[in-house]
This record gives sequence, C-alpha cells and structure tokens, in this order.
Amino acid sequence: MSYIAILLTFIFINNFILVQFLGLCPFIGVSKNSENAIGMGASVTFVTTVASVVTWAIYYFLLVPFNLQYLQTLTFILVIASLVQLLEMVIQKISPALYKALGIYLPLITTNCAVLGIAIINISSSYNVMEAFVAGLAVGLGFTLAMILMSNIRERLDLQPVRGSFRGMPIAFISAGLMALAFMAFDKSLITNLHLV
Amino acid sequence: MKANIKELTKGIFKENPVFVIVLGLCPVLGVSTQVSNAIGMSAGVMFVLLFSNIIISALRKVIPGSIHIPAYIVVIASLVTITEMVMHAFVPSVYSALGVYLPLIVVNCIILGRAEAFASKNSVFDSILDAIGMSIGFALGLTLIALIRELFGSGTITLFPMGNFGGGINIPWFYDNPIRVMALAPGALLIMGYLKAFFDWNTSRKKDK
Repeated sequence: MSYIAILLTFIFINNFILVQFLGLCPFIGVSKNSENAIGMGASVTFVTTVASVVTWAIYYFLLVPFNLQYLQTLTFILVIASLVQLLEMVIQKISPALYKALGIYLPLITTNCAVLGIAIINISSSYNVMEAFVAGLAVGLGFTLAMILMSNIRERLDLQPVRGSFRGMPIAFISAGLMALAFMAFDKSLITNLHLV
Repeated sequence: MKANIKELTKGIFKENPVFVIVLGLCPVLGVSTQVSNAIGMSAGVMFVLLFSNIIISALRKVIPGSIHIPAYIVVIASLVTITEMVMHAFVPSVYSALGVYLPLIVVNCIILGRAEAFASKNSVFDSILDAIGMSIGFALGLTLIALIRELFGSGTITLFPMGNFGGGINIPWFYDNPIRVMALAPGALLIMGYLKAFFDWNTSRKKDK
C-alpha cells in the first residue's frame, strides 16, 4: 500500500475512535472543551508515531531473532510505558512550554488503547518501518480529528436543553454515533477509486 | 457473610463496569457484533481479572508503592499472553474474530482499575469476590449490547456450535428486516448512548424514591 493510502485508511476509513473504538476513554473523558482536545490529540499523535517505530524495531530486531514473538503484548506495553515516561522527561528538559501544554495528558496515554493497538496492527499487517511510521502518524491525526470534532459538538451541546437522563455521557455517545454514521461515507472503495492500491 | 455477598453483587448492578463506571469500552463496542464474540471476550476478561486480582492482592505487601503500576502491568500482561495462547490453541475461530481486541485486554481500564482500587487494599478472598462480580457485570453488559446489535443488525444470534446445533439461530421477523447500521460502528455508539441513558434514568428514579 502506498503511504497516502495508509494515511487515508487510518484517518478516515478505519478511524481509530469512530470505526475501531480504540482510545474511546480519553475521547469521552477529555473532549469537554476544544483546548484539551487539541492537547490530548497532539500528545497522542506524538506517542503513536514514536511508539510505532520503536515497537517495530523491537519486534524485528529483538523478538524475531530470538523467536520470542509470543512475548509481543508484554514487551510492547512495557516499552510504551517507559517510552511515555521518557518522552515526558525529554520534553520537560527540552521544551518546558510544550511540557506545560502536554504534561497532564502524557501519563494518561500509556493506557490508551490506540497506542498499543497501532503497535500490534503494524506487526499483524507486516508493515515495513516507513509504513509503520506513517500508520502511527495517521492514527494520531485521525484521533486528533475526531477529538476536535467531538469537543466542538460538546461545547455546543452544553448550551442546548438536553433531557434529564441524556445529559452528559449518553448524548456524547449518541453524537459520536451520528458522527460515525458520517464517517461511513469513507469506504475501502475510496482507495481503489483513487488508484492507490 | 452479608458483606461478602455485597462485594459480589455490587459489580453486577450498582457498580456495573460497563454502564455505571463506563470503563473498558474499547472491547465492549469493538467485539459486540456477535454474541459468540462477546462471550469469548467476557471469558478472557474474567480469567485475567480473576487471576490479576488474586496475584496482586496476594503480593500487595511485597510490591513497593513507587513502582506498583508497572508491577501490575507486568502481571496483567503475562495473564493476557496466557489467555491469547490458550484461545489460539483451543478456540481459533474466536481468537481470529477478536483480533486486536484480545491483546488490548492489557490496557482495559477495568482490570488495572480493580487492581488499583480494590485488590491492592483488600484480602485475597474479597478480591476474588470482587473480580467475579465485576467480570459478571462486564459479561452481562457486553452480551446485552451484542445481543441487541446482532438481533437488530442481522436477525441472528450466534452461539458456539455444539453437536447437531450449528451455532447460529435465525430470528424469523428480524432476519428478513435487518437494520444493517446496528451491526456497523455507528450502531454500537448509538446503542451505548441509549443504554447509558436508560441506566442513568433508572439510578436517578431509585434515588428519588
């Protein structure tokens, strides 16, 4: 698959939140205002991109030579957890301003399904390292897109009269469902029609 | 004894992990397209939650406070790896249907959440009860969503093939008039929204009494 096809696949066709439901917890939890949504989206994009490449390298240079593929899940989650910790320290040292903006979201990302999800999908789709990098970036961008759209919807919803028991989370789920309905317009045929296969 | 039963039943209704605490939603919405997948996923979560609660509760005085989260993650990830291997060996159809959601049990917030909130503070016996209650609550929530989605989306109920029974049940009227969107991604989010609203309404109604 070409890089553009991978980008389109993970941003629109298989959007991690709206189609695959990976990373739903922060999507519902942090999407109350658009500032937080952008911060969370940027942090996740950063981590998915770096984690994709690092887990890819660990799988092919460490697990495959020693025939330890069954340790994939265990290694990946530990690598992601340490990576997030490391990134937090590096960002704090290099760019205190960026740390101030992203700092509170970084610890939450370890348990974000999207990061471990893309690491595993990279391996199961046997992407090469460049494809894994693009896939990681695309997942992050798709996540950010969904977060920003959702936070805008929720900011509007706050001003609307919503009936008692639908207030808060239920209406957020229903709005997300309607948004997912719109995302169904992006289909696998998009890639074939654009001659990207 | 009464306190023990309370420990067991709180996960099923009062603190249902899916509808009340709203944790671990990725697998709930991702695998709920078929009832058989939902049951497979529930079994996986039940195994991991039960043993992670037992191990973490038994080691709660040994694990140093400063590294407790990484320690929990190692325990949980090992259990998930065992589950993956067992499912791959004995129920390969479920294994391939669950796909990426099976290894993702590691980051399922219910398991880490129970380890942190309950098993690290309570005795092994209480933790076992807590794990059983929570996983039954999770299984009920997941199966309920899967049942609704499969019934309306394709008019079938898929269980496991046993003997003469092929595994799939066709529901007469629904089978001819499926609402396809229910089986697709938007249906999962819509049903989750309506069910959450129903549970919220139910809780607030009880409080008013």
